[in-house]
Amino acid sequence: MKVVLQNLTKVFPSRNKKVNEEVVAVNDFTFTIPDGKLIGLLGPSGCGKSTTLYMISGLQKPTGGQIFFGDDDVTDLPTENRGVGLVFQNYALYPHMTVKQNILFPLQNLKGADKMSKDEMLERAYYAARLVQIEDLMDRKPGEMSGGQQQRVAIARALVKMPRVLLLDEPLSNLDARLRLQTREEIRRIQRETGITTIFVTHDQEEAMSISDMIVVMKLGVVQQIGAPQEVYDNPLNLFVAKFLGTPPINVFDGKVAGGKLYIGEEAVLDVAGVEDQEVFVGIRPEGFVLDDNGPMSCKLSSVEVMGRDVSIVSENAASANPVVRSIINADNKIDYSRENVQFSLKPHKVFLFNKETEERIYFEVK
Amino acid sequence: MVDSKQQWKAWLYLSPAIVLLLVFTVWPIINTVRISLLEGYNSMGASGGDVFNFGFQNFVDVVQYQRFLTCLQNTVLLCVLTVPLSTILALLIAVALNSIRPLQRTLQTIFFLPYVTNSIAIGMVFAAMFNIIGLRPAAGTMMADTWGIINNVITFFGGQPVNWINQGSDYWANMAVMVIYIVWNALPFKILILLGGLQSINKQYYDAARVDGTPRRRVLTKITVPLLSPMLAYVVITGFMGGFKEYSSIVGIFGEKMGPAGAHGSLNTMVGYIYDNIGNQEGRASAAALILFGIILVVTMINLQVSKKRVHY
Amino acid sequence: MANNDNMNVMRDRDLRKVTSSARVGGVFAKIGTYTFLIIMALIVLFPFYWMIISSLKSLDEYRMNVPTFFPQKIMWYNYVEAFNTANLGRLFMNTVFVGVVSTVLSLIITVLSAFAFARLEFKGRELMFGALLATMMIPGELFTITNYATVSEFTKIPALSWMGTNTFGVLIVPFLVSVFYIYLLRQNFLQIPNELYLAAKVDGCGDLKYLWKVMIPLAKPTLISITILKMMGAWNSYIWPRLVANDEAYQLITNGLRNAFTATTGDVNYPLQMAAVAIVSAPLFMVFIFLRKYIMAGVSRSGIKG
Repeated sequence: MKVVLQNLTKVFPSRNKKVNEEVVAVNDFTFTIPDGKLIGLLGPSGCGKSTTLYMISGLQKPTGGQIFFGDDDVTDLPTENRGVGLVFQNYALYPHMTVKQNILFPLQNLKGADKMSKDEMLERAYYAARLVQIEDLMDRKPGEMSGGQQQRVAIARALVKMPRVLLLDEPLSNLDARLRLQTREEIRRIQRETGITTIFVTHDQEEAMSISDMIVVMKLGVVQQIGAPQEVYDNPLNLFVAKFLGTPPINVFDGKVAGGKLYIGEEAVLDVAGVEDQEVFVGIRPEGFVLDDNGPMSCKLSSVEVMGRDVSIVSENAASANPVVRSIINADNKIDYSRENVQFSLKPHKVFLFNKETEERIYFEVK
Repeated sequence: MVDSKQQWKAWLYLSPAIVLLLVFTVWPIINTVRISLLEGYNSMGASGGDVFNFGFQNFVDVVQYQRFLTCLQNTVLLCVLTVPLSTILALLIAVALNSIRPLQRTLQTIFFLPYVTNSIAIGMVFAAMFNIIGLRPAAGTMMADTWGIINNVITFFGGQPVNWINQGSDYWANMAVMVIYIVWNALPFKILILLGGLQSINKQYYDAARVDGTPRRRVLTKITVPLLSPMLAYVVITGFMGGFKEYSSIVGIFGEKMGPAGAHGSLNTMVGYIYDNIGNQEGRASAAALILFGIILVVTMINLQVSKKRVHY
Repeated sequence: MANNDNMNVMRDRDLRKVTSSARVGGVFAKIGTYTFLIIMALIVLFPFYWMIISSLKSLDEYRMNVPTFFPQKIMWYNYVEAFNTANLGRLFMNTVFVGVVSTVLSLIITVLSAFAFARLEFKGRELMFGALLATMMIPGELFTITNYATVSEFTKIPALSWMGTNTFGVLIVPFLVSVFYIYLLRQNFLQIPNELYLAAKVDGCGDLKYLWKVMIPLAKPTLISITILKMMGAWNSYIWPRLVANDEAYQLITNGLRNAFTATTGDVNYPLQMAAVAIVSAPLFMVFIFLRKYIMAGVSRSGIKG
């Protein structure tokens, strides 16, 4: 099922009647989610990603714009008739019901032609349980299970009615680090197996990048960029997106372009043909640094962290917007720890320039 | 390690409470058991130097005594009728209140009003609403100056007026008035507790149910009631505990004669029976009080057992 | 997928039809809910309304065959007469006196005991607290029988006769200790971290000062609830005063009201009675209007039934 969002807008009225403090949670969001894909809505808290999810589910009404499932306009359709499955952040499993009763619950609500026999329901419930591998836990109550198990039950309950769209609200945020890795793979697998269009919300960029077919990066209710994870990472449209994606985060410097050359501090670090002379923000991915004694950029060495395959060099530069500059290079490089300074040359496709005012991307020609 | 200075300080702070409790709580417990086992004990005789035999005769007397059995029957009937009725009504009102936004606070306050009343004073108001003044036979039918507002309403809708509480009124009519009054009086407490319970239920359960298209009635029976079951159990248990001690609401409506004119005592309760015997037949009063305690204990135990099975999590 | 046809149920529904019927259902449910609540609210309010309009009618108007829903002529004089008939002034004074004194003393005893149980260590603390809680199971009527005999004895002993029958003492003293309030306050005190107490000790702050400066302010909501419930208790108490204080000089308001108007059925001067009832109910309503938040919070926190 393809999901189309057209100029979707949500404005929360101000709480205080005297002061007009409307909050625009989602502003003019237009996007077509292709059928059968896994989409991650990504952004810091308060960016409107959860509101978007709740509008798709129907639990919140948009103040403007439309939502289509396939060709049906569902904007005014109440939640219960949208046929969506929703997994809540803290699962919202009914504490007084067993796992089986929880999973059966949505099926027992079906009316009219959709109504099923008891056997059919059980068959479906066990199918969903197998899908998330909890067949052995069917008679337990939610209170007797771990967070990861509860998460699976919540997914099974959302899946059991074969929803047109599956929505997950911060599905991994209540799990510990190890389970998080495991569960995100699981979500990917389940989504592939069922082919249900799935939208999930997260503030964790790594989570979104690792399993999504596409990610939507949002900030303060406005969509910043939409695309395949790698594409967005390699080609951020603005400084916010560049900063939000990637661990360790991108290094940002104050720089200026003069005569087709990019200066950081006094050093001309890169040729940037086709850019007018101006002050810019320079974003350099940690993997964009190459250790090079003849390199044009010099930094004061602070420490070196060995991480097995890679080495992370922590250094300082007066023009850096962050307290330290973090670069990741291959461990095969020999580093003299006692040095005071390190010299880098830069990989041009890992360097992004942004307008000082608008923070929009400025493109340059790579020679 | 217990600091000895703290020791005596603690006892100092506790001393007023301990003294009072010894005199007005502990001694009465011992004494009540004692005199309930002294056959035919009464304070007059005791101060006159009478000696009473040890035995269970007081209990035997009490349970064979018709007036006690009437009291027991009235008490049990009132409990069995009012507790479920008021609980269900309170549940419906609480659920309805919880589902609305405008007027919620106002209505909540109105529903709490009966709590801050004096059960004797408002009982007199209920009596006024049900009372018939100047009833007399006239031309083959009955005439009255005032039928009472309740009968006025009944006749307005085409019904026959009922003699609710006056001389010659039917036992079940009396009971109906008592049930109405007691339920009216019991609602605010139950609504408050249940509404508090409802408001502490995580809203996400309802969102989840909505996503799954759960019909309203199913949400009530499958989600709300089970999640509210601890509160419901609490309300039912305290309802029974209070119900077995019903007394002043009857005094409010029928006066201290505990019944309509011509049938005094017909609506008396266990507590009423105990008070009637204070000052003359303390042995019986004590036996009745212990029986009351026993009944409350048993009913509470049963309630706890049932709720242990039925109350979820 | 095993049974794919079956799986597609959600996709084939006639969405538009469902929408409009669900909409209508929602509106009907809202109307139904409000109708139910408003009818119930009117039923709850009706006795109060009837009390007030009846209290303002003349006896003749009250006795009219067809009832009036607003007095034709407002008889304020009923209130004056009711006040005098039932000697309500005296009863008011008595009740307020008993209420205030017993509330103050009861608070002191409750705070001291709760503090000892919550903060001081002494031998047998748990045992004693358990024993106290156990007494809560026993219906108060069981105590009354013996207490009646006890206070009758006090009457004869000069040193204790201030707690004998027909005194204010007898109305106050037997109910000063409430195990339930001690329990409630102790729970409240326990939530205050013990480190505060230890820190205060290090700073040389004595127990009583600490209690007064730290614990009482922190437990204020509970104390206010106890105060309100205790005052309401004095206002509504009926059984015990009836037994031990039949002298008018010591009578409390509820007894006075009941005694002044013994007949409730039959040929009764209701306007006068209702005026008296309204006067007796008014202070409770006043308190409720001003302290609604505390009363409702107190009742739901303590979970006690009047």
